Amino acid sequence: MAAFGPLQESYSGLVNFFEYDMTRTLTAGTKGEGVKSDCFVTLEISDEGIDVAIKSKVNTLYGDAIDSLAREMLDFYGIRKGRLAVDDHGALPFTLAARLEAVMRKQTGSAQEYFLPVLPQNQYTTQRDRERVSRLYLPGNNPKLMINAGIYGCHGIILDLEDSVAPDKKYEARFLVRNALRSVDFYGAERMVRINQLPAGLEDLGFVVPQPVNLILIPKCENAGQVRQVDAAISEILGHTNDNIHLMPIIESAAGVMNAFDIAKASGQVVALAIGLEDYTADIGVQRTVAGNESFFARSMVVNAARAAGIQPIDSVFSDIDDTDALLQSAGASKSLGFCGMGCIHPRQINFIHKAFMPDEAEIDKASRIVAAFEKAEKEGLGVVALDSKMIDPPVVKRALQVMEKARKAGMVTKDRRDTNEK
Amino acid sequence: MKNNLVRNAAGRMVPTHINGKSVVPYMGVGKFRPSGNRHAPRITTNADFPADGNKQVLSLKEALVKCGLKDGMTISTHHHFREGDLVANMVFDCVHEMGVKNLCWFPSASFSCHAYLLKYLDDGTISHIEGSMNGPLGRYCSEGKMKKTAVLRSHGGRFQAIQDGDVSIDIAVIGAGCADAFGNANGVHGASASGLLGFALADSQYADKVIMVTDHMVPFPCIPWQIQGNCVDYTVVVDKVGIPEKIVSGTTAVTRSPDRLLIADLTARFCEVTGIIHDGFSFQAGAGGTALSIGNYFGDIMRRRGIRARFARGGSNKFLVQMLEEGLVEYILDGQTFDLEGVRSIRDNPRHVMTSPFTSYNYHGKGNFASMVDVAILGATEVDLDFNANVVTHSDGILLHGIGGWQNCLFAKNVILPVPLFRDRIPVVIDEVTTLCGPGELIDVIVTERGIAINPLRQDLIEKTKGTDLPVKTLIQLKEEAEAICGKPQKPKFSDKIVAAIKWVDGTVIDVVRQVTSDKE
Repeated sequence: MAAFGPLQESYSGLVNFFEYDMTRTLTAGTKGEGVKSDCFVTLEISDEGIDVAIKSKVNTLYGDAIDSLAREMLDFYGIRKGRLAVDDHGALPFTLAARLEAVMRKQTGSAQEYFLPVLPQNQYTTQRDRERVSRLYLPGNNPKLMINAGIYGCHGIILDLEDSVAPDKKYEARFLVRNALRSVDFYGAERMVRINQLPAGLEDLGFVVPQPVNLILIPKCENAGQVRQVDAAISEILGHTNDNIHLMPIIESAAGVMNAFDIAKASGQVVALAIGLEDYTADIGVQRTVAGNESFFARSMVVNAARAAGIQPIDSVFSDIDDTDALLQSAGASKSLGFCGMGCIHPRQINFIHKAFMPDEAEIDKASRIVAAFEKAEKEGLGVVALDSKMIDPPVVKRALQVMEKARKAGMVTKDRRDTNEK
Repeated sequence: MKNNLVRNAAGRMVPTHINGKSVVPYMGVGKFRPSGNRHAPRITTNADFPADGNKQVLSLKEALVKCGLKDGMTISTHHHFREGDLVANMVFDCVHEMGVKNLCWFPSASFSCHAYLLKYLDDGTISHIEGSMNGPLGRYCSEGKMKKTAVLRSHGGRFQAIQDGDVSIDIAVIGAGCADAFGNANGVHGASASGLLGFALADSQYADKVIMVTDHMVPFPCIPWQIQGNCVDYTVVVDKVGIPEKIVSGTTAVTRSPDRLLIADLTARFCEVTGIIHDGFSFQAGAGGTALSIGNYFGDIMRRRGIRARFARGGSNKFLVQMLEEGLVEYILDGQTFDLEGVRSIRDNPRHVMTSPFTSYNYHGKGNFASMVDVAILGATEVDLDFNANVVTHSDGILLHGIGGWQNCLFAKNVILPVPLFRDRIPVVIDEVTTLCGPGELIDVIVTERGIAINPLRQDLIEKTKGTDLPVKTLIQLKEEAEAICGKPQKPKFSDKIVAAIKWVDGTVIDVVRQVTSDKE
């Protein structure tokens, strides 16, 4: 059973799950030239029995498998009359099943979920303070981009139900995102979903919370109440207090900026605060520029609010995927403002972002000397750490340790660097 | 027709006869020892040729008539003009007009533009093709519509077949960007300049009759002469031998696909970590999008480490030319040029050298360049658990590609196949290749976006990757990963009818392609 109640309010373009239609020809998926790894499914109700027509680019190798999946699902939804056509362009089973479920549930009004087995390796939890330098946005209704999303080493992968999904595709995208969470291996990346703006976003939760998901992004977040609403809805679905699905509210308006600290403190599950500059600049009535002077205040507010609340401040995305120099510059600026990561809209951006957020040589050098001084002080039982006649405060030591950890992970220093410094 | 099937050394069931001629089943790499003498054309006398050197006749048809074209002959053409080739289609238009039937077309390669010839396959003008078959011609053949059995060979295998007399060419029609009336020709001048004419070398030397066709006739001497007029019977001027913009259509841009870039990056890193890239090394350059980006990554590594390559074996294009001009590569030993930058370079730069399948690929010679190359990076449609690979058919059994120089390049010191683990839903790493084109013992490394598999025969490479961050896996792991994502594919269905034979570099039959019965969309 779907774990959510009837819609309270209508949402533009979103089909009410309980308002089904037995007369129309129902469709889901994508068709046309150049479509890959997706399919287009048509279900028409007729008076005579079941007719299944499979047309597939991979018919020779998977025609039988597609046919039996389609028939099994017709049976599952108790559809005994109708014409089902699948125009397949190499869709993987998770996509086929999502498209088929979308038309079948729309046709029958059923709330039953059809599940393919969940990949055991997708079931992991993530640490509150794990690295979140890069997170890759994937349009929630585009299966092709999901399949290999995990191979580029991105820290987080966001299946997006919000802005990248057209209003008339919101319905079917939920099935696809749900199935992707179950079936697509992201190779250890933090599994994230950006739900729709509330209240529609609350409905999305029913599809994603019971699945292997680590973090929910709350878009256009303006106040702490919205965060608490999401957290409560998650707890309700889980049947217990949410203690493992992290939250990342996205500040995208002037009001959100003013409430940033409250939002950051709204729930113990909030682990990061992100900023969305496209909407923010629109909200304050200015153009977004590469230099970013117009958002300086907002970005600083988000950094301060997040740091004050002990969570991670995360920057917006950089939209020009071909201008890698500008990306590096922008990421460098983010880092110096205090952000600890930013979004990616293309896999090619990941390595540039990682590079920009990496500590540089001077930082590593200083951090390694601080760490060495700290360890020396500890060994000698001294209460205070001193370096070159300067006192070093504990937070500075902590940051130095983090820098060294990052550098070590990136292969920029060997374990022995510290030892050589001690000599 | 009698057709006994025997199991060859690769375990494949192959016929003892193809189109009525006996053939040798594949015996293993280097196992078949040929005997006898090379094929030789008839002795000719200058008394039969004009003393002023002017062999020009008025039309291609006249030349074909003078060459004595008749039913059942073997006619060869070449793919220097690639997708812009007009010569092969022109030849068979003439043949058709003359009402001659049952010809064997023996191209060095075919392209989609040759789908034009399907009507001549249908009406019996052409009985079969010995050469590569791409796109529509491959599909036609796979559906069992060709009247006789097709034979696919590598570029080196084609030279071997001509030289050894496995194929006797009755008439070779050579298209050239530039020629003189005596028949000297090159591919570096004229509107249809295509680079070099190496694929026509064997034909010019061994065919009974040779016709040189050009749209840019210059007064004697045509310099340089890659094809010597002394081998040519007739020369013909036509309006156009090729469509210039399609001649260079082989050029592809560096890939922008993040998956392919990742594979290219992994491949280059593998070559660096294992020391394959070292000062004075050599590599086979490719023209596909992934191969181009690997070339770029090689360039980055060479620049960073201050080393250079002694030579690169082409396919050349602007990227390789840039490396030559930057001094990263000392020589390009070129087999074919893919763009106008390549044409310019091979014309003007003495370090950009024309080669032929004789120098680079022929297995029945006294050695060739292919085995001297440090690393060859090649493609494949499928790879199986024994590292065997397929390049001619897809997993649905349809013949879609030629072998090109692929088999020949397998003799490089290190052979790497960078391939995606699956294409759309079709796994690339599978239990057993649909068609065997290259034996696994010659294939060292498979690089996919989800891991690198090293042939257990190459313990040296396995050792060198230990302790590195390269994602080394076994082929079985990769295959299971592909199946977990795509599902286990069902087998394509074939009839018993053999539609094509795949020759190994020594002329033995390594596998066959059967008529597909299960293909429908």
